[in-house]
Amino acid sequence: MTLNRRAFIGTGAAAAALLSAPHVRAQGGGAGKVIVIGGGAGGATAARYLAKDSNGEIDVTLIEPTRAYYTCFFSNLYIGGFREISSLGHSYGGLAKAGVNVVHDWAVGVDRDAKTVTLAGGAVLPYDKLILSPGIDFVDGAVPGWDVSKQNKMPHAYKAGSQSELLKAQVEAMPEGGTYAMVAPPNPFRCPPGPYERISMVAHVLKEKNPTAKIIIADPKPNFSKQALFEEGWGKHYNGMVSWVGPDFGGGNVEVNADEMTVSIDGEVTKVDVCNVIPAMKAGRICEIAGVNEGNWAPVIGHTMQSRMDENVYVLGDASNQGDMPKSGFSANSQAKVCAMAVRGALTGSKVFPAKFSNTCWSLIETDDGVKVGATYEATDEKIVSVDGFVSQTGEDAALRKATYEESIGWYAGITADMFGS
Amino acid sequence: MIRTFGKALAFVIVAGTAQAEEIGDAERGEKVFHTCTSCHQIGFGAENRVGPHLNGIFGRKAGAFAEDYRYSKGLLREGENGLVWDLRTLNAYIENPKALVTGTRMNFPGVKEPEKRADLLAYLRTFSDSPQNIPEAQPTGVPREVELSPEILAIVGDPEYGEYLASECTTCHQSSGSDEGIPSITHWPEEDFVVAMHAYKRKIRPHPVMQMMTSRLTDEEIAALAAYFKSIE
Repeated sequence: MTLNRRAFIGTGAAAAALLSAPHVRAQGGGAGKVIVIGGGAGGATAARYLAKDSNGEIDVTLIEPTRAYYTCFFSNLYIGGFREISSLGHSYGGLAKAGVNVVHDWAVGVDRDAKTVTLAGGAVLPYDKLILSPGIDFVDGAVPGWDVSKQNKMPHAYKAGSQSELLKAQVEAMPEGGTYAMVAPPNPFRCPPGPYERISMVAHVLKEKNPTAKIIIADPKPNFSKQALFEEGWGKHYNGMVSWVGPDFGGGNVEVNADEMTVSIDGEVTKVDVCNVIPAMKAGRICEIAGVNEGNWAPVIGHTMQSRMDENVYVLGDASNQGDMPKSGFSANSQAKVCAMAVRGALTGSKVFPAKFSNTCWSLIETDDGVKVGATYEATDEKIVSVDGFVSQTGEDAALRKATYEESIGWYAGITADMFGS
Repeated sequence: MIRTFGKALAFVIVAGTAQAEEIGDAERGEKVFHTCTSCHQIGFGAENRVGPHLNGIFGRKAGAFAEDYRYSKGLLREGENGLVWDLRTLNAYIENPKALVTGTRMNFPGVKEPEKRADLLAYLRTFSDSPQNIPEAQPTGVPREVELSPEILAIVGDPEYGEYLASECTTCHQSSGSDEGIPSITHWPEEDFVVAMHAYKRKIRPHPVMQMMTSRLTDEEIAALAAYFKSIE
């Protein structure tokens, strides 16, 4: 099998030609080849479900450059000291055991006419169906004075791992009474409550280590996810520490200077000790390379998560423009299962059921003070629409908030088992 | 376990003196037991459901008394460690199951009021003191949380459809049956699963995520999920 695959990859175009003949059944993977680019909540889930549910009929290859994936969800809890960084890391061994061919490389090219993906290492892989789940990249020039070359001085920590570790270290090293600034992103962006949960976690650390420190948020948005809950919590737990500057006070008119460690908000320059710049976002670069973007995101058909540009390409999670679902790990995982079902149906003729989606986002405000927001969704021809939803209420009692936090820990264990297998 | 034992002892000393002989009121305890009936049966013909039946629980080793019940590793471990169910240990367990037995699947926050626990224990003991005297008239089917029509209960679920629908559940509930923070939903008797889902759907059970998720499940879909989660290994 392995030898065959190597030979197969090596022969490139000839192999692709062979594949296009319908219903050629080899020993394994005879129903077709699926390439999944990106091994996060969308890609890992899609790859695992395809391999698992097709019982090897579909040949599934996952392209993911990192050998250990650090989940962005719960990385704020690491910054707050509630999780170890190692608890956020996941290997791809479980996917390999489930039958997924895991290739650690960057996908650098997609030829949608030839139906091939080119890797940085030079290999050209043919596909019948391509699933793109690359997450986000940042929009160039979104925050004047910042680009990725500045991310060591002014971390985004919005792709988890070394950036999260850096930001945590910077927060802990702040001088007494120092200032932490966050440049919050415009909509739409990954994890809508994420910046505000992060503020809560930074405040939690500072309250213990550096109680006279200040936190400033410069925000281009007039309102944000779970706003009433966060504001209630900041007042209750971190009284006077957090200041939020909305667009009416110039929160959207920001410039940073990484050498001077200054932030200018509406022309007023402030010297800061930590500057967490979360720039405007766009679909991961491979979507642009594949030519499936419209603007910054890749539009998809909600029933299947198929690209509106190409019926053989599917786009999941943060990178997709699908409608009402927030860009979250939960959403990506939910979309991946609909996508896996649709792809399997297309390749093997298995039953395809109507698409159903759901999302819940938990946030931690302070020790044992957890809140959540969630909704269910369905597909219409136009987009994915919200059906029903709920959000935690202000003034909830401590026992409920603690239970909500404990539930979030269970969810983390559940979704990572669902993504990576075991 | 030791910490909670301390708590339980405190209860016996403080609140328990008056109740050392009169352990509570079994009739009032029967009403308290209604909370338990979504998972447990007791009385003549009681069977294992989501939780084990509770006939004869007093004096038995933890994790050992109901035959053919899949106990959690936590309860099996505590049984091996010598945990025996008596007034004191059951009182502590009912107050906060997960504090007494780490890793128990009993997903119940606990009865916080000492009097209610005393009443409940009195009720439970009527099925233990002389189990051979369990009155035959005692109905096994204590009223369900939601009364479902025979048609709904008779629906035979399609496990294949259930498997697809279940993918929406497994973002939180682990298909391995592990239950850290989120309850295990595998291997439940199908009827109990169906009743539980309808209880959420009708907003009798309070959890907002579950109310939302079940609100759009049809009767057939609930049956399909019940069939699937019963079947998975």
